[in-house]
Amino acid sequence: MLDFAYYPGCTLKTTAKHFELSALEVCKILNIGMSELPRWNCCGTVFSLSEDDLMHNLAPIRNLIRVEEMGKSEMVALCSMCYNTIKRANAFILADESRLKTINDFMYKESHKYEGSVKVLHLLEVLRDRIGFERIKKYVKKPLTGLKVAPYYGCALLRPEGAGIDEADNPHIMGDLLRALGAEVIEFTADRECCGSYHVVSKPELVYMRASNILDRVIEEGAEALVLSCPLCDFNLDDKQKDIIEKDTSRKPVPIFYFTQLMALAFGIEKEKLGFENHAISPTPLLKEKNLI
Amino acid sequence: MINLVFDETTKKFLAKIEYISGINVYRCFQCGRCSADCPSINMMDILPNQVLRFLQFGQVERVLSSKTIWICASCFTCTTRCPKGIDVAKILEAARQVNLRQNKDWLNINIFHDNLTEEEKEKIQKEKDINIIDGKRRAEFPTIALVSATRKLTA
Ligand code: SF4
Ligand code: SF4
Repeated sequence: MLDFAYYPGCTLKTTAKHFELSALEVCKILNIGMSELPRWNCCGTVFSLSEDDLMHNLAPIRNLIRVEEMGKSEMVALCSMCYNTIKRANAFILADESRLKTINDFMYKESHKYEGSVKVLHLLEVLRDRIGFERIKKYVKKPLTGLKVAPYYGCALLRPEGAGIDEADNPHIMGDLLRALGAEVIEFTADRECCGSYHVVSKPELVYMRASNILDRVIEEGAEALVLSCPLCDFNLDDKQKDIIEKDTSRKPVPIFYFTQLMALAFGIEKEKLGFENHAISPTPLLKEKNLI
Repeated sequence: MINLVFDETTKKFLAKIEYISGINVYRCFQCGRCSADCPSINMMDILPNQVLRFLQFGQVERVLSSKTIWICASCFTCTTRCPKGIDVAKILEAARQVNLRQNKDWLNINIFHDNLTEEEKEKIQKEKDINIIDGKRRAEFPTIALVSATRKLTA
């Protein structure tokens, strides 16, 4: 049985609860052990891009100390931003021995010094490389036949080189997974575009512009729903879509799913466990139309 | 050959940007690919390739006072596409950092602004080139949005 250390991150415990719940249900079925870090802290959400800045790598590395203390060598994240931040912080600290030493010296109260043995993974990688999409097909009880979905990667799963889990300009990992679930996959042209990220706080008009563009392309290219793995993309594309539609009521709503919700649905897990009621744009009418709930 | 002579302040800030980013700005040959692929240029006042160009010519202040460095959301599209392998997103981060390390924020979520009128808020936003988020708006955001925005845009 696969057995990983699992890092949830802040948002999976609050607004993206349904991402965590559906992921853990799916992992149970696939026999993937996910032991939550006994004491975790916020990763900082964004990797520090300054060469001279060790300080902002403390938070991610402290989490990796916990992983080593658990006796594990692989840590899985679900949130794309947590994955990207911790993976990059790990690589940055390990690229230079003096960085590792400084950071360990700073955290002198930790009884364990970080040895650099942890590999940071995203759940999608585990599903592709350790389980395999062919095998996943065998667990499908209710194929997502006729559901036209657009996989959306955004930034943190693909960029920059070294942090990406797939080909940066030709990603297909999520599309391959959704095909294995029986869905009709529309690989659309805005699948790698930035949603505007944290500017939803500081410059909301930028996010409205980016989100409208992404959603327009989903519709124009023939998909009915968008699938993702980042709680910030989800907020910008689901919650903010509600504002966009309020301003222009002629717009067709596009339900937004976490990939694990669709896996769980296809695996026959009761819909009550999947948090469909947490969405700003309700997916219920679409799922009913396709006889999936 | 042009001989560029920079004053001490220019030299200092240019060196700082190169130090923080670990990038030599003179490696950029101005192909424009970064700007062609950036999804947010229509909200920027100078283009990402112009950021590099201004730095090459010592016009550091034009970069440090630009909207562009704050609008950039570190999506790394430019970084993956630059034919010279320049991590453009890191240059923009370094320019933000030079401002932040001098205590210049671009976002304010401070509770003390909550009692200001819309006009008062507007005035401060304009004068200080800062975005004020009041209590009503603060409550709407998930943690991931607030943490990343404050990490990127406050000192
Ligand atoms: S893509 Fe690279 S070389 Fe081309 S203008 Fe931008 S930074 Fe310069
Ligand atoms: S990282 Fe910044 S400059 Fe580069 S493409 Fe993205 S938003 Fe534009």
